[in-house]
Amino acid sequence: MKHVDAVIVGGGPAGLAAAIELHNNGIDDILILEREKKLGGILRQCIHDGFGLTRFGVTLSGPEYAARFVREVERLGIPCLTDTTVLEITPDRMVTASSAEHGIIELQAGAIVLAMGCRERTRGAISIPGTRPAGVYTAGVAQAYINLKNKMVGRRVVILGSGDIGMIMARRMTLEGATVLGVFEVQPYASGLPRNVEQCLNDYHIPLSLSHTVTDIRGTERLESVVISEVDEHLQPIPGTEQEYECDTLILSVGLIPENELTWMAGAAEDRGTRGPAVDENYQTTVPGIFAAGNVLHVHDLVDFVSLEAEALADSAARFIREGALPACPLTVRGNELVGGLTPSRISGTGDVTVSFRVRRPLRNSTVELRQGDTLVARRRMPKALPAEMVQITIKAEKLSATDDLEVTVSC
Amino acid sequence: MEPWDVIVIGAGVVGSAVARELTRYRLRVAVLEKELDVACGNSSRNTGMLHAGFTYKPGSLKAECAVEGNKEFDRVAAELGVPFKRTGKLVVGFDEHDRQNILKYKGIGEQNGVEGMRMIDKAEIDRIEPHAGGEFAMFVPSSGILDPMAYTIALAENAAQNGARFFFDHKVDGIERSVEDDCYLISTTQGTFRTTWVINCAGAYASQVSEWLGYPNYPVRGFKGEYFVLDKKAGAYLKIPVYPAPNDRGGFSTHATPTVDGNVLVGPDSYVTEEWEDYKVTKEHLDGLVRDGSKMFKQMRPDYYIRNFAGIRWKRIDEEGNVLDFKLESDPERNPNTVNLVGIESPGVTCALPLARRAVAKLVEVAQPDVNDQFDPVRPTPKRFYDMTLEEQKAAIEADPAYGEIVCRCETVTRAEIRRAINNPLGVHTVTGIKNRTRATMGRCQGGYCETRITDMIEEELGLRPEDVRFSKPGSYMFCGRVREAHPAAERSVTA
Repeated sequence: MKHVDAVIVGGGPAGLAAAIELHNNGIDDILILEREKKLGGILRQCIHDGFGLTRFGVTLSGPEYAARFVREVERLGIPCLTDTTVLEITPDRMVTASSAEHGIIELQAGAIVLAMGCRERTRGAISIPGTRPAGVYTAGVAQAYINLKNKMVGRRVVILGSGDIGMIMARRMTLEGATVLGVFEVQPYASGLPRNVEQCLNDYHIPLSLSHTVTDIRGTERLESVVISEVDEHLQPIPGTEQEYECDTLILSVGLIPENELTWMAGAAEDRGTRGPAVDENYQTTVPGIFAAGNVLHVHDLVDFVSLEAEALADSAARFIREGALPACPLTVRGNELVGGLTPSRISGTGDVTVSFRVRRPLRNSTVELRQGDTLVARRRMPKALPAEMVQITIKAEKLSATDDLEVTVSC
Repeated sequence: MEPWDVIVIGAGVVGSAVARELTRYRLRVAVLEKELDVACGNSSRNTGMLHAGFTYKPGSLKAECAVEGNKEFDRVAAELGVPFKRTGKLVVGFDEHDRQNILKYKGIGEQNGVEGMRMIDKAEIDRIEPHAGGEFAMFVPSSGILDPMAYTIALAENAAQNGARFFFDHKVDGIERSVEDDCYLISTTQGTFRTTWVINCAGAYASQVSEWLGYPNYPVRGFKGEYFVLDKKAGAYLKIPVYPAPNDRGGFSTHATPTVDGNVLVGPDSYVTEEWEDYKVTKEHLDGLVRDGSKMFKQMRPDYYIRNFAGIRWKRIDEEGNVLDFKLESDPERNPNTVNLVGIESPGVTCALPLARRAVAKLVEVAQPDVNDQFDPVRPTPKRFYDMTLEEQKAAIEADPAYGEIVCRCETVTRAEIRRAINNPLGVHTVTGIKNRTRATMGRCQGGYCETRITDMIEEELGLRPEDVRFSKPGSYMFCGRVREAHPAAERSVTA
């Protein structure tokens, strides 16, 4: 069986950044496996701008951001197979993939980088009542149809969920001549970034209704209308508040879920907080030599952080490939009830750590403290913290002890 | 035009089974269906249970056909290439009332000829399926699970392969008898069909067709039920259907059933509806399913929800509202050359072939058609890529590289399989039709990855424009056109 030092599953922003950084670390026996025809991942359909401010200091469109990495991969001559879907990963790092051109591909990997990204939560996952007509799309699917396939999905649109893609699609469909009746969000706050509320909704006079949800979908062939209800503090619809909106399209932007089918197949343990794999400070899953970064690990707000995380992963993976093992990480990282999506879940206490999380609800004048036992390791004041924005705190190794678990506490 | 020998009205599981059994004879058979595919009504909107036959009144057609259909199904599944598992079933109870009802129906089952039923204690429930609820249970070894959509497609394709013609998007809106020509004129939304025989398999609408044929417009009542479909991750926890004790009338409320593909169905509940195609799901009933389903299946978790659907069992009732048996009749004197099937509901999937044989026998008795010695009961079914060994997968890609391209990631469906489904023998071209033939879009991402590819392939294979692609029904367009039409000047400048 052919051996490859580093197999990278997924040629989106995480996979590409990891490949380049592995190469910069002296690992050149790399193979990127990508199921699409082209590299770039979801960025290919994100034709709006706003990417790259953190990473490059300029604002780029998704394809432009991806192109910077794709060009670098090409320049470095890093091999990749597109149109190739990974079917199986085993705990001993055997990879089976399938492609029309190359047939079944079997590889023994020195290390595996999981960079499969995430998928959208669907209507069924949140059990929206009603009939089942055509015209109900998740935001990403609608975006793919419009931006990649040149197919217009509808003309009179209601959007459920104020996730970033939902708001971006509200603007996109408006620009293409559709009427967007409104964006409805079940939570009492927008779930996407404030800049998207401004630039995608307010600038186009598209109303955003908080604490509202879709309680009925009507029409047997094509969507005819949806019923919107106000919800109470337990997010339950309030009877008597129903309003019917005639529309031919319902777009759902109701959350993203890390895409980890292969991860579980490889035997890696799940982190119940992120619903991605549990990883240590080296982005190593519970299976030695299998690493994960980007949206497959936890859903990010900005692609810039995906790239940075994948680069950090690559430094660890390169070390694993050279040394055959990484230091043990016996210390647990835990958050309090205001902390969501906390990663990593284990640390060594002897290396640098970047802790990422999101607050569970909007907070003003809150403080985050990282403690080991009685020792305050780091503290940051957060004048305004939103669930839409990821919080990242990097701690240097010299600040940490190798004996106590790390507690992340947000207080308000 | 030469009249058809037989027209079957309705391409549900019964109509498709009747068509298939008719092709055992040298008859020109047509099936008229108002939808764009087979099994759009209750034939697919059910649990997919091969029933054993222990809740039906002894001597009834339901009891007789269920037991007969159950016993022969291993052979039928093999002939038609339909995935099927004889899982057995647990009918679980919690109290003495449950025990009495279970024992009552165990007795009825024995009268009906159901074999091997036995009472088991909690320890044995735990041995058979630790995730099942219940303090005690009846174990029914002969029950099984199948995909009713796949089964109906298989019956219809086998009928088509043996010469039957299926006409979709043909809603019947009236039937007249022409005495001078000794034939029936069936008017549809797409023209009139002449036929010697008519067989009514119209499901929910069977009473209307019954009246057109000269039989009574039998009163029916719709018992609707809603379902949850759970992720295959939940399927890992359920290997056998778990039903609650029957109620005093022999009905079951919410149960949990594994599917042949490894998902779990939770439902149906049961309530009366007035609308013929009231397939919407409601918050009230979904909440009820969560409550009741959790008693049957301990892993009913929101993480596992991937879809909901509803079905309606149109039961024939008497004046007091009591549920009656299936009606299968002919009346050569008053309504010559007709067979009438009304009130065919649960266990209609199990009973489809036994009912079809009985319906066809009524025709054969009168018409005495020649036997079709070319009839082939076997439907050729290529193995799914997902079910192949690695060596088989390599060989398949070698023979056809399209097997190497995975279109649906969740269910591992290849381009070759989608292409074959688009070119299916029945000429069904909807996205839902491709789904039901391949499982593409049925996984946990619900088409998030593959739907854009499938619609592209439908357009490419069939030469359709985006606005011609249909999701499920005739008016269920998916696109209202191109976002931008290519501008001739722009094209010229690119070429230049």
